[in-house]
Amino acid sequence: MNKHFVHRYIPNTAPGIREKMLKEIGISDVEQIYNEIPEKIRFKGKLDIPAEQLSELEVLKQVKTILKKNKIIENSLSFLGAGCWPHYVPALCDEISGRSEFLTAYAGLEATDLGRYQALFEFQSMMGDLFAMDVVGAPVYDGLSASGDAILMAAKITGRRELLVPETISYDRLLVLKVYSEPWLSIIKVKSRRNTGELDLNDLKTKITNNTAAVFIENPTYLGVIESQCKDIAHIAHDYGALLVASVNPISLGILTPPGEFGADIACAEGQPLGNHISCGGAMLGILACHDEKRFVLAMPSFLITITKTSVKGEYAFSWHTAFDEKWERIVYTARDKAKSFTGTSSALWAINATVYMALLGPKGFRQIGEVNMQKSYYAMKCLSKIGDIKSPLFSSIHFNEFTVNFDRTGKTVEEINKALLKCGIIGGKDISKEFPEFGNTAIYCVTEIHSKEDIDRLTKALKEVIQ
Amino acid sequence: MSINRYKRKEFENIETGYQAVRWHEPVIYELNRKGMENQIIPLAEKKIRTEVGDILSCIPAKIQRTSLPELPELSEPEIMRHYLRLSQQTFGFDSGINVGLGTCTMKYSPKINELLTRLPELTEVHPLQDEETIQGILEIMYKLRNWLCELSGMDDFSFQPRGGAHGVYANACIIRAYHFSRGDTKRNEIITCAVSHPCNAGCPAAAGFKVITLYPEKDTGDIGVESLKAAVSERTAGIMLTAPYDTGVFDSKLVEYVKIIHDAGGLVSLDQANFNGVMTKLRAGDIGADLMHFNLHKTFSTPHGSLGPGTGAIGANKKLKKFLPVPIVEYDGSKYHLNYNLSDSIGKVGAFSGVIHNVIKTYAWILSMGTKGLQEASEWAVINNNYLIKKLLEIPGVEIAWPNRRKLQEARFTLKKLKEDTGIGSADFNERIIDYGIQSYFESHEPMIIPDPVTPEASETVTKEDIDMFVEVFRQVSKEAYTNPEIVKTAPHRCSIHKIDPEPLGSPKKWAMTWRVHLKKHG
Repeated sequence: MNKHFVHRYIPNTAPGIREKMLKEIGISDVEQIYNEIPEKIRFKGKLDIPAEQLSELEVLKQVKTILKKNKIIENSLSFLGAGCWPHYVPALCDEISGRSEFLTAYAGLEATDLGRYQALFEFQSMMGDLFAMDVVGAPVYDGLSASGDAILMAAKITGRRELLVPETISYDRLLVLKVYSEPWLSIIKVKSRRNTGELDLNDLKTKITNNTAAVFIENPTYLGVIESQCKDIAHIAHDYGALLVASVNPISLGILTPPGEFGADIACAEGQPLGNHISCGGAMLGILACHDEKRFVLAMPSFLITITKTSVKGEYAFSWHTAFDEKWERIVYTARDKAKSFTGTSSALWAINATVYMALLGPKGFRQIGEVNMQKSYYAMKCLSKIGDIKSPLFSSIHFNEFTVNFDRTGKTVEEINKALLKCGIIGGKDISKEFPEFGNTAIYCVTEIHSKEDIDRLTKALKEVIQ
Repeated sequence: MSINRYKRKEFENIETGYQAVRWHEPVIYELNRKGMENQIIPLAEKKIRTEVGDILSCIPAKIQRTSLPELPELSEPEIMRHYLRLSQQTFGFDSGINVGLGTCTMKYSPKINELLTRLPELTEVHPLQDEETIQGILEIMYKLRNWLCELSGMDDFSFQPRGGAHGVYANACIIRAYHFSRGDTKRNEIITCAVSHPCNAGCPAAAGFKVITLYPEKDTGDIGVESLKAAVSERTAGIMLTAPYDTGVFDSKLVEYVKIIHDAGGLVSLDQANFNGVMTKLRAGDIGADLMHFNLHKTFSTPHGSLGPGTGAIGANKKLKKFLPVPIVEYDGSKYHLNYNLSDSIGKVGAFSGVIHNVIKTYAWILSMGTKGLQEASEWAVINNNYLIKKLLEIPGVEIAWPNRRKLQEARFTLKKLKEDTGIGSADFNERIIDYGIQSYFESHEPMIIPDPVTPEASETVTKEDIDMFVEVFRQVSKEAYTNPEIVKTAPHRCSIHKIDPEPLGSPKKWAMTWRVHLKKHG
């Protein structure tokens, strides 16, 4: 006898229900509904996927067995950042974002889902204070795609066709900007000063024109340098009627001038450092901010939650910013192709982590974490540069929590050094020798609050041994 | 009263006794406890501080923050309580009856899959680590890629897009890159239809295409061969359709459209966000799709997360897989690799390899289902939906669009008659059903070609009793509309908040996307 199929995730598979429901529908077999699909395209073959359901324990064991093939070496130390940064994640973040209501809600009305609307409004609000900008959207896909959104906003607002970017942006960011900009903007690279790593303002001045939609900058830059000339760059951009689009690291904003104060018109960021585990790059969230001016707001591709009132005096509500004026063609859901944008389901849960993180740190916490990141990375640079054949950093500027380490004089490649470090349980910095051949055998190291003095000393000792 | 004990014939009024949590929770800034600090991280060690000195003074003055960010200051227990209360005022899938949100595929997200993605083997792994050290994650990516190829009939997959619309955008960019790679720059038009998700229009537009939107035929709900033929030209780059449509209709002419588009030199990209009713029944690749996508956060059970993290897993056929975003996961027989060197890759649409959590959860979910379970899940999505249709149509004022068509995973209803009879339309109706302790429904995507639309979806993980209760609430509110429309118009009455004042939402003088602006405009 064939065993009746029952599945723990499908409650109606309990015996007897199928017949009852089919009868109510007025059919004897669900195939009568599938007849809607033309016979010739119905799949009749056999799928190469395990046929039988597994119990929860079997699933746990099978998946865990595979995941254990990842090498999380005991006491392993990692100095990788470069777009996904290792920071301490307070326990409260996982606790709140793990609440099943936040985890499993999606698209209910404001009155059923008040909490998630309010949490995202608070995300926008706290991010607004960090950025010193008045409008922040609900999160977009990730930091790289947020920079793509930001330049498309600039193209829409200005109607211009050129985008200036520093030559030091990462290859990944360049790839994303190229995809996003292709029909709208041509990308022109601006040189950086070889000694400081900051933008070369003379080169900027020769390249900016009345057709420049935006000057895009990063602070800190991909190579870890703090760009001290943000205000000057803003002036130059604005003199030509171009916008300043700035990508910042939100965890640096307790100590560095926020984009709203250095003249950025549109700001974007990767929000992962705020309360999200590195998770193989899985927990990224894009932040997009602008000024509270109609021309900016109406170009925002993201969902915007605004605080409002209800029919009961004193009661807050939170709802989507909408457009009653049909010329407002901001988001894809309301304006389809007229919106020329595509923000949908993106990364709200990670934004809830960031929200809790910002609340926990508060103003002083942000200052402290910025300072500690700088102190530790400076200590690391100091230690590494004492090793004879290593130069760190390559640039004379101030750095935040990432910096360049050059191995040219060791006669070894970054790849060789990283392989050797791995044997000592240390994951070295990101190899940029192919990305930026002009800097030779260079890696980007990331040092944050999670690295102790002993960790940095251990790296120093291991590097000494490796290069000998 | 429990629905199990509820006898319909004796039905007069439902009294669920529901009252949502109503904390009147302030905005976090109003809970400020000035001077409060949480010691989350320690100071740098004394030796480090001595060694590097006053580091902040090294920052050039012109890039130093001069005043602290005006964030709230609260203690940890206060923050915990605040966000716990907000979570209690959020109606998740786990909270109760979720039969309303059509096109969203609200289904149960197994907790074992949460556990698996909280392991340090994921959370403590960096995406740029040596491949040798992340073989486990790469193996799961590769195996899931193979399974999705099986389910879709495609040849390769990318998990990089972090949402369905992000995936559709990537596919639009692939269509662009394909034609450009052949030196064919004249193809600047994408065809879509009004009952496809709006991103099938918005994404190609963002990718630079002119978009032509076809409308479904009045009697069939299909877009029809003739109207497609009229839209196709030498400028056609491709067609981007949702299949099945958001209306639950499976377009009976889809294969013919594929031929028309291919004959014209265009590509076919299918949005399979609505795959839940056709798993193991239908494969995009077999129909001739060149590109497609699945939403792992819908069909494949990964949690919706209050609006993400999503994954729009994009599949490409043999001809187009070389255009996928990098990196792509590969296996050489002994090791798994990330290949960054695809000859014609569009590049990247986002960071790294997407939401790996969703990849692991989907892998675990398919393991827990098996092929047989996937087939049953789809059949149950279809049975539940058709049962819901049958029951809802018994209610006065409720009608269905394209009544002569069987619907798959969801259906579009209209309250047009109810509105004519009572003045209560879909938006008001929706605000009232939630007073009975069920999640609201989805009306429709734009353009709303069906007046006063209602688009529910009863996935395989809801019970018959859930559906029955949803229907009873509809019956109750329909009755109210005919007898006491005021109670419907002024709803909600028993939720966490009351009826929203919509005026500030579109008014530049009143809207406030941040607390700082709220204080400026209304403080």
